[in-house]
Amino acid sequence: MGWLAESLNSSIGKKFIMAVTGLSLISFLLIHLIGNFTLYGGPEAFNGYVETLEIVKPVIRVIELVLALIFILHIFNGIKLWYENKKARPDTYAVDSKKENTTFSSRTMIISGSIVFIFLVLHLATFWVAFNFSGDTHEKAMVYYSVVLEWFQEGWYAGFYVIAVLLLGFHLNHGFQSAFQTFGWNHKKYFPFIKKLGTIYAILMAVGFASIPIYFFINGGN
Amino acid sequence: MSAGNINLKLKIWRQSGMRAVGAFADYQISVSPDSSILEMLDDLNNDLEKQGKDPVVFESDCREGICGTCGLVINGHPHGPKPKIATCQLHMRHFNEGDTVWIEPFRAKAFPVIKDLMVDREGFDKIMHAGGYVSINTGGVPDANEIPIPKDVASTAMDAAECIGCGACVAACKNASAMLFVSAKVSQYSVLPQGQPEKYERVQKMVKVMDELGFGSCTNTYACEAECPKGISVKNIARLNRDFIMSKIKSNTTEIEV
Ligand code: HEM
Repeated sequence: MGWLAESLNSSIGKKFIMAVTGLSLISFLLIHLIGNFTLYGGPEAFNGYVETLEIVKPVIRVIELVLALIFILHIFNGIKLWYENKKARPDTYAVDSKKENTTFSSRTMIISGSIVFIFLVLHLATFWVAFNFSGDTHEKAMVYYSVVLEWFQEGWYAGFYVIAVLLLGFHLNHGFQSAFQTFGWNHKKYFPFIKKLGTIYAILMAVGFASIPIYFFINGGN
Repeated sequence: MSAGNINLKLKIWRQSGMRAVGAFADYQISVSPDSSILEMLDDLNNDLEKQGKDPVVFESDCREGICGTCGLVINGHPHGPKPKIATCQLHMRHFNEGDTVWIEPFRAKAFPVIKDLMVDREGFDKIMHAGGYVSINTGGVPDANEIPIPKDVASTAMDAAECIGCGACVAACKNASAMLFVSAKVSQYSVLPQGQPEKYERVQKMVKVMDELGFGSCTNTYACEAECPKGISVKNIARLNRDFIMSKIKSNTTEIEV
């Protein structure tokens, strides 16, 4: 193995990849949510927003590719770390104090991550495929909003969406500060702020993303 | 014994050897609130020996919280539920009449149980051999303050050096990660001028051996800091991460020979 591969394969190397990809996904989520909020502006606002993205499609495709790579690295390494860590601690304690010395979010990263992954597959299979591969561009125009509306009127779909983004909130609550610690940025003066910022960010994302299916389910888009 | 004794139910892990299957055994004991948990186990072992039974194997040495030899998981906490003390400093007055006390060995793939409550912590020695030292020729005693070191830097190094290498961090971690231990041993040199020449080599070697020995990686749950008898801070882990990443970027070494 070359030095780079060996470095990235070490325990800290794998965590470094988790932190880099995790923070990239954190920035992506913020942009994604801001975009989604155009749904509250009604069909014109949302369809207009998607149309604008259509204009710069080649750029979007490149971003999608990078994003896919980031997700794959994050998920692959996350599962690998989880598996290796299970092997490092095969036996459990009869009495376990984990509830006293760790947070719920930190213990459940693989669970929240896995549910988010299942959600991601469903999310791409419904919205992304519908937005990108149904009919030619002109026919598609102006129907984006109604695709969203239809899906969010399905109770199970809206329900799973809400559950998934709430779990994402827990993932972010731990993940945000964890990434800084992984980079080695744990400073007496700034780290307490980073922890708070992470929690605020996690709540904003969970509430922000969850509000949309709830709004459409209850309101039916009216 | 004295009237002040308390009666406890003990559930102690018994395992006859490394490859044997272990299980909890129940014991009933009347113990003075003034005795430490290790003294209680001594009492129990005296009784067991009188009955011709195998005593419970556990480790201890200084019995004043500085050697890091004793280490039991008591009611789910390495070194017991009281913060910032070693097992030997846990007194029975913290338990109530009729309590059940669970006593288990440290559990980690890298710390296999040798017998009962005794685990093999040689892994820590191997990590130290890989780089947990400063290579200097010891001549005469250097003059005090020959190398000026700011107070807060010295304190950071001293706080890290407080680590007694007991392994409670590994025992507490859901991943059986040794990061708190390694980070303390790296930090105690990494912040001082004397540690600079070998800074990057040290961190790469110690992490390499740590990984090879099958310790887990760090999920930053911070259980280690909460359970550490010396309160070693996870800021040391951040420093370890930083030193490791910088060493990979900046040092000329492409192959780490340990
Ligand atoms: C938009 C989605 C996601 C974001 C923003 C995100 C963000 C993060 C962040 C910031 C971390 C902390 C990295 C560190 O400790 O240095 C993390 C850790 C983790 N993520 Fe994600 N993640 C996402 C999706 C996923 C998915 C789909 C999985 C699927 C398996 C996953 C699994 C994990 C695991 C297992 C960890 C803990 C790794 C460890 O510390 O041992 N994540 N994530």
